[in-house]
Amino acid sequence: MAGGASAIAPARREAVPEVDVSAMTIVRPRRWGRIAAVAIMLALIAWLTKAFAEGKIAWEVTGEYLFWPSILMGVVNTIWMSIACMIIGIVIGVAVAVMRGSPNPVLRSVAIGYQWFFRGTPVILQLLIWFNLALVFPRLGIPGLFEARTVDVITPAMATLLGLGLNQGAYTSEVMRAGLLSVDRGQYEAAQAIGMSYWASLKRIILPQAMRVVIPPLGNEFIGLVKMTSLASIIGFADVLRTSQDIYYVNARVIELLMVAAAWYLVVVTILSLGQARLERRFGRGFASGVRDR
Amino acid sequence: MTRMETAMEPEATLAPGLPIVSGRRVGKLFGDFRALTEVSIDVEEGEVVCIIGPSGSGKTTFLRCLNQLERIDEGALWLDGELLGWRLESDRLHPLPEAEIARQRRKTGMVFQRFNLFPHMTALQNITEGPVQVLREPRGQAEDRGRRLLSRVGLAEKASSYPKDLSGGQQQRVAIARALAMNPKVMLFDEPTSALDPELVGEVLSVMKDLARAGMTMVVVTHELGFAREVADRVVFMDQGRVVETGPAQQLMDDPQEERTRNFIRSVLGRE
Ligand SMILES: Nc1ncnc2c1ncn2[C@@H]1O[C@H](COP(=O)(O)OP(=O)(O)O)[C@@H](O)[C@H]1O
Ligand SMILES: [Mg+2]
Repeated sequence: MAGGASAIAPARREAVPEVDVSAMTIVRPRRWGRIAAVAIMLALIAWLTKAFAEGKIAWEVTGEYLFWPSILMGVVNTIWMSIACMIIGIVIGVAVAVMRGSPNPVLRSVAIGYQWFFRGTPVILQLLIWFNLALVFPRLGIPGLFEARTVDVITPAMATLLGLGLNQGAYTSEVMRAGLLSVDRGQYEAAQAIGMSYWASLKRIILPQAMRVVIPPLGNEFIGLVKMTSLASIIGFADVLRTSQDIYYVNARVIELLMVAAAWYLVVVTILSLGQARLERRFGRGFASGVRDR
Repeated sequence: MTRMETAMEPEATLAPGLPIVSGRRVGKLFGDFRALTEVSIDVEEGEVVCIIGPSGSGKTTFLRCLNQLERIDEGALWLDGELLGWRLESDRLHPLPEAEIARQRRKTGMVFQRFNLFPHMTALQNITEGPVQVLREPRGQAEDRGRRLLSRVGLAEKASSYPKDLSGGQQQRVAIARALAMNPKVMLFDEPTSALDPELVGEVLSVMKDLARAGMTMVVVTHELGFAREVADRVVFMDQGRVVETGPAQQLMDDPQEERTRNFIRSVLGRE
């Protein structure tokens, strides 16, 4: 008898052996692939650890500077700058995404123009332009109301805030637009049908559903931004990289202090990832996802 | 019919002699495509009107015009004595601002074919969203009313369930409660049971029958001819964007005057 045919329909009832899957021992399959992968990883880690331990790094110096007061100030600066720029980015991003979906052609053009400029030029260039704004406009303000010298207003922190915030807004707006597009049209119509205004339905119905979709890419953007703040060190913003550099200019412990900065970036990014997982659970209520996500 | 006995008091805003819903030679174009042509449908207060007709005949489009999800191109739509979408001033039309359109929309409750419940809210939150956000009702009061509406549609114990954990029939009943929570003058139903498994159709229809018996004015697009025969005061048959025939439910179904109506009714009954 052909094996294929018997698999589909056993010829006779008595030909099938008595089986109850709950009453028998189950042989677990050996996952040779996994075992091999883990072995290779462990070997690599051991090798790297050994290399760095024997290499020319004075780890005790790294340890000594890890909680150095000026380093901690740099960490605090990196964190608040990242958060502030992300808030600016999200506010602008939502506004620009909504403007791009607006029936008003003026709003749409403004949104597209903004994205075009800020995505079309390097961030580092934008930072330098903001920082050197005084060369174009020596004084800023509204005549009669308040006025100030530009160099007093555009501090390194202010230039970073403007440069990174506005740049982040341009990228976040595309993430937000993807989120808005992901919400079914019927949701918007159902909101209208109960008499909600356009703005109320965006705020209460559309954006909360879009949030679920945009949190993973936004988390990505935020992590990118944390590291992008290090660019501000070139215009003199005292972030963790800048403060590390300031120290190694004096004591010449270059790698040791770069390791200090690296450790702090990893700590911040790890905390952010944990926060992201919490947010995903919060906005995922009411949705059944088809993909296992952890 | 029992409904006639429970007819509600006429509203003060109702212009004398005008039906609560009145479509006058309504036309709707999508680009070059004509979806509605000279559709005239009147609905009296407390009346249940069923609209039947083949797919693509413009039934959904007519309901969407009534709810102002679409704007009409010809004719006029009147609801509760008001011209929908425009302000008439010395022979000129001024488009209504969005807030006014939203106010007019609140007079109709819409039940969609695919439910369109808000997935990020529980059944109760779906129902209280409109009263709290739009009518500015205190939350506690809105929740009390929401729970009463949920038990009216037989889902008292599902208040804190999310839509994904409800069956299609349960979701549609929540959607009906959500529309009722806005105290609409007219309920619009767009094929409310055609996305449901056959065994779930009955529970939704029975909620709708209760509503009709309580005197609610209803415009129902449906393929459920049994429901139309039992509940509707009048049935409108549409084809290719036009009203072909309209009449009392029994008469239109047992003795249709038009060939097209006869063919349609035969084809639907043949399917069952
Ligand atoms: N937004 C739209 N754009 C273009 N054509 C549309 C649109 N909505 C509906 N139509 C067309 O109008 C006709 C009537 O549609 P519809 O009102 O949905 O019919 P029914 O509900 O009776 O099945 C159909 O031919 C449909 O393709
Ligand atoms: Mg339809």
